[in-house]
Amino acid sequence: MIQFSDITAWIHQLLLSFMAPWLAFGTELVLAGVAVLVVLLICVIIMVYMERKVAGHMQLRNGPNRVGWHGIFQVIADVIKLLLKESFVPNRADKLLFNLAPCLALCVSLIALAPIFWGPGLVMWDTNIGILFITAISSMGVIGILMAGWSSNNKYSLMGAMRSGAQIVSYELSAGLSIVTAVALAGTLSTSGIIDSQANGWWILKGHIPAFFAFIIYVIASTAECNRAPFDLAEAESELTAGYHTEYSGMQFGIFYLNEYINMGVVSMIAATLFLGGWHPFVLPFDFPIVHAFNDFMNLKFMETWPVWISWISLAWPLMWFLGKMFLIIFFMMWFRWTFPRLRIDQLLKLEWKYLLPLSIVNLVFAALLIVLGLIF
Amino acid sequence: MENQNTPTPSELKTEEFVVNIGPQHPATHGVLRIEATLDGEIVKDILPHLGYIHRGIEKMTESLGYKQSIFLTSRMDYLSAHINNHACSLAIEKAAQIEVPARAKAIRIIMDELQRLTSHELWWGSCAMDIGAVTPFFLAFRDRERILEIFEANTGNRLTMNYIVPGGVMNDVLPDFVPNLRALIKSIKDYRKEYDQLVTGNFIFQHRTQGIGILTKEQAISLGCTGPTARASGLSCDIRKLYPYDGYEKLDFEEVIDYGCDNWARYVVRMEEMKQSIHIIEQVLDNFPTGEYRTKLKGVLKLPAGEYYQRVETARGELGVYVISDGGAKPYRMKFRTPCYSNLGAVKPISVGLKIADLMANMATIDLVIPDMDR
Repeated sequence: MIQFSDITAWIHQLLLSFMAPWLAFGTELVLAGVAVLVVLLICVIIMVYMERKVAGHMQLRNGPNRVGWHGIFQVIADVIKLLLKESFVPNRADKLLFNLAPCLALCVSLIALAPIFWGPGLVMWDTNIGILFITAISSMGVIGILMAGWSSNNKYSLMGAMRSGAQIVSYELSAGLSIVTAVALAGTLSTSGIIDSQANGWWILKGHIPAFFAFIIYVIASTAECNRAPFDLAEAESELTAGYHTEYSGMQFGIFYLNEYINMGVVSMIAATLFLGGWHPFVLPFDFPIVHAFNDFMNLKFMETWPVWISWISLAWPLMWFLGKMFLIIFFMMWFRWTFPRLRIDQLLKLEWKYLLPLSIVNLVFAALLIVLGLIF
Repeated sequence: MENQNTPTPSELKTEEFVVNIGPQHPATHGVLRIEATLDGEIVKDILPHLGYIHRGIEKMTESLGYKQSIFLTSRMDYLSAHINNHACSLAIEKAAQIEVPARAKAIRIIMDELQRLTSHELWWGSCAMDIGAVTPFFLAFRDRERILEIFEANTGNRLTMNYIVPGGVMNDVLPDFVPNLRALIKSIKDYRKEYDQLVTGNFIFQHRTQGIGILTKEQAISLGCTGPTARASGLSCDIRKLYPYDGYEKLDFEEVIDYGCDNWARYVVRMEEMKQSIHIIEQVLDNFPTGEYRTKLKGVLKLPAGEYYQRVETARGELGVYVISDGGAKPYRMKFRTPCYSNLGAVKPISVGLKIADLMANMATIDLVIPDMDR
């Protein structure tokens, strides 16, 4: 069967045949960056369209249905509108920080994508500290929001930014602890190692109760980290009009909007990687002949005897699983958003410090105990 | 060496800052401006500023005939247009001693209660929206739309009906009014289950409302609060029970009183009131009278000189109409005692010391309609 690594190796050889090694390396970096960005932007377009359709159908309406078939070009029309609008800077705003804030927020969420595996061998930077890198980088996202709120010279923006700061810093703890639970189960910090450890079953299936709880806590905490409802206090519409991006217009607002969706994508990708087996298809962690047959079928073992040109199709199989898991988690986040009312700031912090954080610590200890006693598959 | 200049925690000052909430703000549902003094997230002081939608309705009535002044009242509390018309018509009928036919009375009560339902449904949606849930708003509008369709078919209008006039109602209802209404009530009863599933039973919603925004009975009395806002503080103030008009005394319904005094109590009272309204409509429909829908009046109505007062229960509280007549064709003075103006006073005492998010929740459960305050 053909693998993604075969393709990347082929591209590498091709570039080396007429380039110096350092130039080939640089070209590969640019190519990989562009490829990830293009796929990501397509995902964001799908996410925005999906959000509007999900919201619409939950709210007894049809969602966008005018631009193109069932409104599929609505997002593109919106982006064109945002691009054509003036990016207005308020009179007494700090111009430098005001313009820098959206770029910084976007950069941070894009960098966090580097160690994520989209498929077997389909990764920008396969490092042995992948998960640590992601957690470290995603904590910096709050700086862009704080910058935006501070520089706008608007009280609503400032309050939104301050709320966001308190919220993201708090929820990082339990998100981090649930990541640590998965890391403890897999025994490695590298994303490839974590994905490989799930080849015979996803952690959520074979990690018993701790993996399940860690997954739930991670989804809740990451919803809060993305400033999504019911934790959207940073942009609480009925209180702070639009929170930290009140003063932004045009594409600068568009970048914050894009950033929200990229963040959602990143946290769902991390959740899929850690708990739902990354690009691995659904397999069962049991030792029966019928289960083996099922697992072999899911891993497309029957394609091995097929001609190589047909097995090109199998390249899409892991990518499909990965994106499917990502969009499933995103759908849950949308479901939360359009169903729940918003929490108050003190309730939000109470939820984190009094419930989620102790629970995730206990969960981590429990997971460690299970690992020491050898009770996991 | 310890630095002598380091301030101790007691010397560290936090600065209060003033935020203008409104006149254009998503939570005020109109052009109310609230000058809020905040210490971080905590509300220290509130100063509401009125007058952004003052149209001089009371003064305008002085240059219009009595029959014409009805049309202005629809524009006060636009969510209780029927009930406002009803109040003004009752005041004029009381002064001119006009007898209203039984069918007109029945239609008036049905329209009043339907109006109360539309108003509470809209309140339910916007209250949930102020607390952060967007979806209930659409459910509320779906159900409100059904009632508005009945209004549109029978009165010709959806928002400012001007249907209840001195002497009865403007037109007779359509022949299919009663069956349509029965079908509507059946569907409303089904829809109400969704309300409970989506909002009432929601854990976050309960925590956002329970124990927040305490308005004691004493405060409610001294601030002149009426309607569901006061009834949630345990004050019996339903005008339909205390001073019945147009046949409310013959109907069997309960005055909904809750002793919780908080936002949750106000929510529960309004939800219960919707049930009572449905119950009232069902009773009137069971004995829907036939006959005249309006007493013929003279073209120009003149009231005998004197002072007249009539009050009704709108969706938000007590609406009083005070008419002074000098015997001419136009009122000498017409004063409206509107419920929202008094209820607005409750926002400050119940919100000071709470978080800014609670201020929005308090304003939502008091159910403010801005044109009703400013007139």
